[in-house]
Amino acid sequence: MLSRTADNLFWLSRYVERAENMARLMEMGYRMALMPAVGDGNRSEWESVLSASGCHAGYDPNAPLRQEEVANFLIFSRENPSSIINCFEAARASARAMRTAITAEMWDALNSSLMELRRPSMHNLAKNELPEFIDWVKKQGALFRGSTDSTILRNDGYDFIRLGTFIERADNTARLLDVKYYVLLPETSMVGDGVDNYQWTTVLRAASSLRAFHWVYRDDYSPYRIAHFLILNPFSPRSLAHCAEQITQHLERLARHYGQRHPVHGQSVEMYSMLTQSDMEEIFSTGLHGFLSDFQGRNRALSAAIAETYHFGGQ
Amino acid sequence: MFNEMKMDDQIREPYRALVEWMEASGPEVLEQKRLEAETLFRKIGITFAVYGEGGDPERLIPFDLIPRIFTAGEWRKLERGVKQRARALNTFLYDVYHNAEIIKAGIVPADLVFKNAAFEPAVIGIDPPRKVYSHIVGVDIVRTGPEDFYVLEDNCRTPSGVSYMLENREIMMRMFPDLFKSLRIEPVESYPDMLLKTLKSIAPDKCDRDPNIVVLTPGAMNSAYYEHSFLADQMGVELVEGQDLFVSDGRVYMRTTRGPERVDVIYRRIDDAYIDPLCFRPDSVLGVPGLMNVYRSGGVAICSAPGAGVADDKAIYTYVPDMIRFYLGQEPILNNVPTWKCGKPDDLKYVLENLGELVVKEVHGSGGYGMLVGPASTKEEQVAYAERIKADPGDFIAQPTLALSACPTFVESGIAPRHVDFRPFCLVGDNIRLAPGGLTRVAMREGSLVVNSSQGGGVKDTWIMTD
Repeated sequence: MLSRTADNLFWLSRYVERAENMARLMEMGYRMALMPAVGDGNRSEWESVLSASGCHAGYDPNAPLRQEEVANFLIFSRENPSSIINCFEAARASARAMRTAITAEMWDALNSSLMELRRPSMHNLAKNELPEFIDWVKKQGALFRGSTDSTILRNDGYDFIRLGTFIERADNTARLLDVKYYVLLPETSMVGDGVDNYQWTTVLRAASSLRAFHWVYRDDYSPYRIAHFLILNPFSPRSLAHCAEQITQHLERLARHYGQRHPVHGQSVEMYSMLTQSDMEEIFSTGLHGFLSDFQGRNRALSAAIAETYHFGGQ
Repeated sequence: MFNEMKMDDQIREPYRALVEWMEASGPEVLEQKRLEAETLFRKIGITFAVYGEGGDPERLIPFDLIPRIFTAGEWRKLERGVKQRARALNTFLYDVYHNAEIIKAGIVPADLVFKNAAFEPAVIGIDPPRKVYSHIVGVDIVRTGPEDFYVLEDNCRTPSGVSYMLENREIMMRMFPDLFKSLRIEPVESYPDMLLKTLKSIAPDKCDRDPNIVVLTPGAMNSAYYEHSFLADQMGVELVEGQDLFVSDGRVYMRTTRGPERVDVIYRRIDDAYIDPLCFRPDSVLGVPGLMNVYRSGGVAICSAPGAGVADDKAIYTYVPDMIRFYLGQEPILNNVPTWKCGKPDDLKYVLENLGELVVKEVHGSGGYGMLVGPASTKEEQVAYAERIKADPGDFIAQPTLALSACPTFVESGIAPRHVDFRPFCLVGDNIRLAPGGLTRVAMREGSLVVNSSQGGGVKDTWIMTD
């Protein structure tokens, strides 16, 4: 397969996943803002969302840190490369550049998402009914993944699509958990009080994992459990452990398909075993934020190694 | 005007079965089929963008459901004529980049060749594989009577439209399976296979294995991108952009997920000026730096060969019949349209005095842009155009307004005759191959003679009947 095609497939799915995760971040900000401010929380919820999204640097320092302005920046800003509309634009552009590598259903899903998002009425929806808009974005992600899953050949192209999805998802779950860090410092000091618990369940909601969490842990909403569910639990579809497992599996498939192993395979196994061998106690005592930053660094390095191994990106 | 379906109130033989079928089906069935066909086209996504018009960049070309039909006898003549022309044009190209015998013999003026913008000094003396420059020759043919065919122009660079020939047939077979079962219509679907064979046959001498072939496209923004991806798909070869290719150690490689993979034959759908920024336009990002060096040293074949455009210039066109006589020692099977060259004083005088009856074209123009159709123009348009001609006479040629043949076509008022032309695609490699068919273009407006898709023309399926 052409490296450019692999590159397009990888980034196409990363952008779709990123759009969805921008929406999930906003969902967290929206819900947290409904709670009374916490005593020593010295930053606003929307500023936390900005920080966790990685887009803070591009935000006008003089603009207010309110829902309307921040959400508009994260959804519609053309200047913000990770805004939801730019994610969909980039995904569709990648798709159009390799129409023969994706199915008609996948094209249709991407094309119709972008066409709908470009409508002026979407601005009103996002402004007046943010939760509904967030649901719409999540649905578009589901539509694309569903179309992909049910139509595309299970060849190397499929692996690059899935690698993009899980690299991006792992990054975003780490970001979701980090919002919590930005809102409340330090994590361990107020463990167990009402607001703290509410905020932790908000993280679960944004990860669409509240009900799944119930099934696994019943009603034990302790931060340990919640963080465990999103970091170490291999059964949770958005957990770092699950993402790392999927990444490793798809890299293995590529190694079999091409008949060649590379250092990137070891790198991915190492990231996965780092997660399977950690426990929450240890992560919390050394600091959740530090752990998440370290993970994001590994994940970024892995993404770059995949691109280098299969000869795309940075050429 | 010659109506290809009807002559002296008689249905002409090749159309008889079709007309009977249409009459038996009735207008409702036909209208239903027409709607179905449009839906199919949208779904497949066959589109054609028009430069500089804005609007929908993924616009549909109008497809007309009523086929254009040739008898086996008519086709045999066209086939022989097109092949003869393709052979002469390639011989001419080899000649002008080597000994230029035809110029020494005083048949074609030197200036017309060597001062031509499409003449490529970088390939002088180079022998392309099998001495072929133009591997896909699109010959535009019009008809004025039962036996009267004229060549309007040759396209030696990268003629487009063959995807419509294939897709139109695909749609027609889905719409009218009964007709295809009862009539004996020559199939065209072997074209991609013939193209692949042709491309393989021109692999460079340095290629010591089954040649690796790619289609090189300027990218998704190009108006013919659909055709590029369609042909790559049909041949089962990669569709690449310039950035996917690079030159190393005198060979061309493409970047793949397994590492560099050598490329032997490039079917390029980008213009000469853009294929190598080191050799031609330095600002081009569409091409491959160093490609021309590899080409010159026989490390890669390029289809069509750089410099092939000098043969399809409208000024050179007028000499093609002489080329056929000079190189092949034969009389041309297909005639040229009589042409006045405004660069000649006598011709210029005649053209300016008769603008109202002539079609005037820019020598280097294409796509139906910038031409004057005398009978359809206003006095003011003629005066303005005359000024343009006088400013640079050598840039214009003129031809009589031919009474182009017409074929029955679906229009708003029902079925009515509309003017058509025809472009078969001749392949030149180890053999000269021609799929039995081509692209029939139709002017959708009443009386219009302009069939170009960029000017609102439509397309039809073309049926060649077997004996």
